[in-house]
Amino acid sequence: MLSFSETFQNKSRLISRRMFILSSIKITVFVAIISRLFYLQISENIKWRSLSDKNRLREWKLLPQRGIIEDFFGNKIAENTQVFQLHMVPEDVPNMEEMFFKLSKLINFNENVKKSLIRNLKKRKPWQPIIISDNLSWEEFSRLNLFLHETPGIKPIVSVDRKYNEDGSSAHLVGYVSEASVKDLKNSQFLRNINAPGLKTGKNGLEKLLNKKIIGKPGLQRFEVNAFGKRIKELKLTQGVAGKNYRTTLDQEVQTFASSLIKDQSGSVCVMDIYTGDIISIVSSPTFDPNKFVHGISEKDWQLLLQDSNKPLINKPMSGLYPPGSTIKPVVALSALENDVVSTKKLVQCKGKIELYGQTYHCWKEKGHGFMNMRSAIKQSCDVYFYEISRRLGIDRLSLTAKQFGLGKKPLELFNEEKSGVVPNTKWKLKNIGTGWVLGETLISGIGQGFFQTTPLQLCRMIAQFANGGYEITPRIIDDRYALQPIINSWREEFNYRNGILSSSNSGLKKLYNNSENIKFINDALYGATNEPMGTSYRSRFTSPKYLYAGKTGTSQIRTITKEERKLKIKNKDLPFEKRDHALFVAFAPYKNPRYAISVVIEHGGAGSTGAAPIAKKVIKKVLDRHKLRQKYQLDLFQQV
Amino acid sequence: MQSNFSNTNLDFKDKFLSLDFLLIFLVLSLGVISIFVMYSTEQGNFGYYTKSHLYRFLFFFTFFLLVSFLKIQFWFKSSYFFYFAVLFLLFAVDSFGVTASGSKRWINLFFINLQPSELMKIVLITFLARYYHKIPSDNVSSIKYIFTPILAILVPVILVASQPDLGTSVLILIGGIAVIWLTGFRIKIFLYSFCMLIFLIPVALSFLKPYQKSRILTFIDPERDPLGAGYQIIQSKIAVGSGGIFGKGFLQGSQSYLDYLPEKHTDFIFTLFSEEFGFIGSLVLLLIYALIIYRIIRIGTKSKNNFARLYCYSFATAFFVYVTVNMSMVLGLLPIVGAPLPIMSYGGSSMLSIMLGLGVVMSCKIYQNVDSPN
Repeated sequence: MLSFSETFQNKSRLISRRMFILSSIKITVFVAIISRLFYLQISENIKWRSLSDKNRLREWKLLPQRGIIEDFFGNKIAENTQVFQLHMVPEDVPNMEEMFFKLSKLINFNENVKKSLIRNLKKRKPWQPIIISDNLSWEEFSRLNLFLHETPGIKPIVSVDRKYNEDGSSAHLVGYVSEASVKDLKNSQFLRNINAPGLKTGKNGLEKLLNKKIIGKPGLQRFEVNAFGKRIKELKLTQGVAGKNYRTTLDQEVQTFASSLIKDQSGSVCVMDIYTGDIISIVSSPTFDPNKFVHGISEKDWQLLLQDSNKPLINKPMSGLYPPGSTIKPVVALSALENDVVSTKKLVQCKGKIELYGQTYHCWKEKGHGFMNMRSAIKQSCDVYFYEISRRLGIDRLSLTAKQFGLGKKPLELFNEEKSGVVPNTKWKLKNIGTGWVLGETLISGIGQGFFQTTPLQLCRMIAQFANGGYEITPRIIDDRYALQPIINSWREEFNYRNGILSSSNSGLKKLYNNSENIKFINDALYGATNEPMGTSYRSRFTSPKYLYAGKTGTSQIRTITKEERKLKIKNKDLPFEKRDHALFVAFAPYKNPRYAISVVIEHGGAGSTGAAPIAKKVIKKVLDRHKLRQKYQLDLFQQV
Repeated sequence: MQSNFSNTNLDFKDKFLSLDFLLIFLVLSLGVISIFVMYSTEQGNFGYYTKSHLYRFLFFFTFFLLVSFLKIQFWFKSSYFFYFAVLFLLFAVDSFGVTASGSKRWINLFFINLQPSELMKIVLITFLARYYHKIPSDNVSSIKYIFTPILAILVPVILVASQPDLGTSVLILIGGIAVIWLTGFRIKIFLYSFCMLIFLIPVALSFLKPYQKSRILTFIDPERDPLGAGYQIIQSKIAVGSGGIFGKGFLQGSQSYLDYLPEKHTDFIFTLFSEEFGFIGSLVLLLIYALIIYRIIRIGTKSKNNFARLYCYSFATAFFVYVTVNMSMVLGLLPIVGAPLPIMSYGGSSMLSIMLGLGVVMSCKIYQNVDSPN
């Protein structure tokens, strides 16, 4: 009994000792677990909390509405319109193949669309809506709605999208939007920031230029989602901010009118306010329908545009380069007068051609003009007279004046496609061609041929700066009233000075002349060119004093006329189209108190007097007819002009 | 021997007064907490899980109190019988078991789907406690007396592991080893066996099923397959970690509410609790468990017979292992093996075995003055 009790005592002591060891292990393990909890919940809390939020929250960006682009009168050139889209939530579609079959019966859903859809489906989560079509016709949309009960998982949706004037008259200037490509997103931080599905971005023109401001701020929908990605509840909804609206200086009606006048030809029309530089019309022909690009242009349409020899995608007023031809003559004459090379009374006999440095230089009039003074030379566009004065003037002095008038530099410096053209001089030739200047090149430069290259917008600005009395202006395309105010104030001061109200002018306007009489003389000569018999554009004149204008024709050769051709008297219209001359015309109107400048360039349009001036005449009438209306919309500051 | 039995003739009042009320209170509070947490797993609905957990808890809590009044001698005498009965059930599971999620663990007893492996956790301890009761501590380490315990442990462990249910089989094994350890088995042999075990790990790994292997690999590097095998542990850590000091609040655990937490009713119930009640809440829960373990050990210490003492110590150790293995698992300290958290986790068999175990402990308390139970 005793021994048993002893054993019992020993045994329980042993057990208790072992238990003690175990208990210390237990305490250690508990401490370990508590440390682990401390580490996870307190030390690393922020990390896990953010991971938990990442789990829990999903954000959907909502597309912002693009700002509207209007013309000067508030007519919409680029606006947003209702479109009918078809969205699909893949996980809600019971049978994809069956759905594809049904869709092919209801809407335009061919194999190509199907393939790209399947490709997109693989990249997405089954709960993410996918856009099947973003531009359904009304018939398709209503058909879908009718059969909606048979097609679970798809949703016809009314959304907004970009819409442009269908006539395409402003297509080149305004540009177009289309879906942001991978490359667009890669190159642009702010596009990446928006990054809403179906985001469209401006690809060119104003849409590209103003993209950042016009695109707006995206809305945000924040959802709590479960582990399967299903939206449980909306936590936050921030409405997007629509992009800024822009008013341009354009007159949509003039745009449409001018575009229709030249729609079968390849060329451009520019109209500009000679004081403010407001571009009233800038049309390139042939044009295209920018709406086709919004939903992705079809391969067929794209090839058609690319293969058209008249290059509809080129913005001709800004990037078309043409020798200015005789339209340069006012600049040559002004340069000669300003540099005192000749006087206005200088007489030159034109025999139809002139021999200089062993080369024959022809006048456009084979029989010759006879004795010419400067006014009649401008009026009748006598080449021989300008050979003579440019010979005396020299290319470097001529190029200085031409550059002052805005040739050889980008007029707006806003668009990528703007070209600066070429105003040649001795330095330029050495640098770019590598050979020295030849005197003969001065002669042909004097009639706007040779190396001279100008864009229609440059020519328009050039003639505007003659018309406004010889002051530099900067063309404007966005109507910004705050920026306009100082320009108007300057002009008002200048006019007050001219009218003798102010004794001195501090307008800040840059004068492009030394002697204002020279400008007046040239404007008068241009009046003669249009309104006096023998003037080159006499046939396109207006008789009504209301519409009287002054203009200069230009016919720019794009090839050298050979001796044989001269002998054969080959007419322009007998030549193959691509070798025919370009027809140019620059003008300002009305002659008394001028307000608008115009340039018309018709590629391979023949002589300026027949190819371009008649178009200009019609546009001028349209612009002048709309002058009163435009003034109503403008600040009422030019009444005294 | 007469005196031994005289102590056992207590009237009901004495028995009732000698109950460990603190332990009962702790178990009850754990039960209340578990019902609230279950309510939260169902996003604040008094749904199927909550209801059935509540009913089970009430049923098994009553069961626990009833079992407490059974004489310690009953447990001592019937421990062999219970062991073999459960072993029989384990064999029966192998042939007639109900298969769920790829493993055969349950046997349909018409009123309950019983998981005999859970019961084995307790009956193995009573079996070994009785077996060692008679053996003098000097003889414990001899070859003669080690054979039976090893067989008694290994047979159920292998049966359960082949269901397959690695988690429960490991818990059974640890429970058995705990008894052997407590009886005073030589530490040296423990160390040798432990070394051998380490050498055997590669061999054991080759017997594992692919999903079990991937669980272990995932434990080593959860980022290996964050959406597959590593998903559970990553989401569990996110839930616990995001709970912070005070937690997200009752019914506010976004990880569980939004279904990111797997197995949130059963093995990952602590994750949810920790997400909603934070570090402070987890400490409170740990404290309750620690106090329960402490009370069990204290009852063992107060017992005057070695069967009761051995049983209480072993059960306390096993209980501790259940709690810590589950917590370590959801906190990413151990690989994911199926191991429920006592009382908190949903599951009838687990509740039954814990309440049975606690009932025996309480019976040890009431009959703590019995010198020898046979």
